[in-house]
Amino acid sequence: MNEMNEVRKPPVATTGIIGWLRINLFFNWTNSLITLFVIYCLYQFIPWILDWTIFSADFKYNYLGEQITNQEMCSRNLDPENGGACWAVIYVRFYQFIYGFYPRVEVWRVNLAYVMLAFALLPLLYAKLPYRKYFLYFTYIFPVIAYFLLNGGLGFTEVSTNKWGGLLVTLVLGCTGIALAFPIGIMLALGRRSKLPVISMMCTLFIEFIRGVPLITLLFFGMVMLPLFLPEGIDMDGLVRVLVAVTLFQSAYMAEVIRGGLQAIPPGQYEAAKSLGMSYWRMNLLIILPQAIRISIPPIVNTSIGLFKDTTLVIIVGILDLLGIGRGTLADTNWLGLSYEIYFFVSLVFFIFTFGMSRYSLYLEKKLKTGINMGAD
Amino acid sequence: MKKLLSIFAVVAFAFSAHAGTLDDVKNRGFLKCGVTTGLAGFAAPDDSGEWAGLDADMCRAVAVAVFGDRSKVEFITTTGKSRFPTLASGEVDMLARNTTWTISRDVNLGFEFVGVNFYDGQGFMVPSALGVSSATELDGATVCIQTGTTTELNLADFFRLNGISYEALPIETNDEGKENLFAGRCDVYTTDASGLSSTRAAASNPDKWVVLPEIISKEPLGPLVRHGDHQWGDVVRWSLNAMIIAEELGITSENVDAQTSSNVPEVLRLLGVEGNYGEMLELSNDWAYQIIKQIGNYSESYEANVGPDTPLEIARGLNALWTQGGILYAPPFR
Repeated sequence: MNEMNEVRKPPVATTGIIGWLRINLFFNWTNSLITLFVIYCLYQFIPWILDWTIFSADFKYNYLGEQITNQEMCSRNLDPENGGACWAVIYVRFYQFIYGFYPRVEVWRVNLAYVMLAFALLPLLYAKLPYRKYFLYFTYIFPVIAYFLLNGGLGFTEVSTNKWGGLLVTLVLGCTGIALAFPIGIMLALGRRSKLPVISMMCTLFIEFIRGVPLITLLFFGMVMLPLFLPEGIDMDGLVRVLVAVTLFQSAYMAEVIRGGLQAIPPGQYEAAKSLGMSYWRMNLLIILPQAIRISIPPIVNTSIGLFKDTTLVIIVGILDLLGIGRGTLADTNWLGLSYEIYFFVSLVFFIFTFGMSRYSLYLEKKLKTGINMGAD
Repeated sequence: MKKLLSIFAVVAFAFSAHAGTLDDVKNRGFLKCGVTTGLAGFAAPDDSGEWAGLDADMCRAVAVAVFGDRSKVEFITTTGKSRFPTLASGEVDMLARNTTWTISRDVNLGFEFVGVNFYDGQGFMVPSALGVSSATELDGATVCIQTGTTTELNLADFFRLNGISYEALPIETNDEGKENLFAGRCDVYTTDASGLSSTRAAASNPDKWVVLPEIISKEPLGPLVRHGDHQWGDVVRWSLNAMIIAEELGITSENVDAQTSSNVPEVLRLLGVEGNYGEMLELSNDWAYQIIKQIGNYSESYEANVGPDTPLEIARGLNALWTQGGILYAPPFR
């Protein structure tokens, strides 16, 4: 009987590091082959990429110890055998990548706006933030502050949007597009499902039209056609026109994403809300939308990431965003031929932002447990 | 409905019926000049964020002519597709955006090309190891060619005329052409000569590549303005001409002050010491002096941006003065 009381440990082969390895990497012979192949590729690739990006790379000085001011001074151009990436181009052009052509004396305004953006996002990202309510007030007025801060007015010198560029433009386009598209998208989604034929038809028309054309077409329309329709005296800012196009585009996609969420809500929820005597707006605000948005988080983040990357298309209409500044740098005779470094840097910046967004959405999904079936309970 | 339309037309006209572009520019206090989003040697932002290049200098020259100040210009970046609507809608006062002067653009689009600031043309680049010194020796070569462009048609014409054959490797962008050529997937890359030079300069070892002497098409690049505003067109035209004439007369940014006491009549007229040519253009009388002082003559701008001493290494060639074997020619200043 004593033997029965002894707890038998699980087989060695399923626990610990060895167990993990066996289950995940060497489960059967195909898995083992693939694992070995991947390890071999990484072994070939990782030392090379580390060497190129870090160990042999120039950051500010080349291997002779001179400060690099043009591509001819990069170690790899002085001696092809000696040297990897030439990050000096990023170092020298860092200001342009982050602020574009914003005047240097006024650049504190952009920095302040960046910091304020972080504070404005805090209460949205963390529900448990102390004094969240007051932070939220700040979030609501942040767009107004940012407008005056970046554009000028209210005692600030005016800086025309023509001088904005780099990450500043990317963030302005991305944040404004995502922030404005969300409420507009909700209204469009509700409108499309509305029982009033006029509203439903108008929303459907809008969504289908915008979704039916590529973003580039909308950008061209905003940039090229709009000024031809407007009388010559009325000058609409180029960045504003692009913002309008981007927002319209994103709202149409957001509307469809949210409509997907709305359709997943069982009719019982609507009936229950109505039986409590709730009005249309109360029902949607308190019962339907919180659930619909909760289950739409992955696609919402998906389209937002898509938009953030799509902002690079504005190069087509002559606005120099992060990628545009990169291309402009490549056209400078001092930095010809450094395309690997520049595209690597630009991708890295985009990766940091989009990866951040995707991790945050995972955290939200876990917190809100969107995976559970909320149909019948 | 008709009435409504006519009212609308009148209102639109009232908005658009403004004084000439020159007055607009003067009232605004700066020039709006359309340039590329970045093309080596023609217009690209430098490390401090200032636009530099042959086209950027053209913009600055006009700003200097109007305001006497090279910084009174705002550069508006335009792409190949957005440049013409941007000019037509009045968002920019002029374009200096390596644009080829063709009859349809000049006539049909309603623009006015005021001159040529760079004579470009389609050329060929090959690896120097190929040992070819003329494009007529390229029989049977694989050619990287951008599809759907005039370069494609020019290429076919050239090879047919010379009775030689080629195999085309279609590509979409300049970058793609560069990669294919450097990787040896094609023997020859053909595009505009200035583009070939910047491609060559971007190579890890430029000496391994040669641009062949044959130029098989005409691509005169020049600044342009909207049709109909002749006064403004004249200002831009003569800003360019002033730089060319200054080179002819040997006036540079260094010696321009000494030249004001020259005994050559045309020099004195150009620098505004004699005559009232500035007034005719509704500019100050020393407008050309200021251009030469602040920007330099055509040769100085060329040498600084695309000339043999820059990484682009584009020889003067067609862009030399007519007295020096090129076709650069400005009407007399009198």
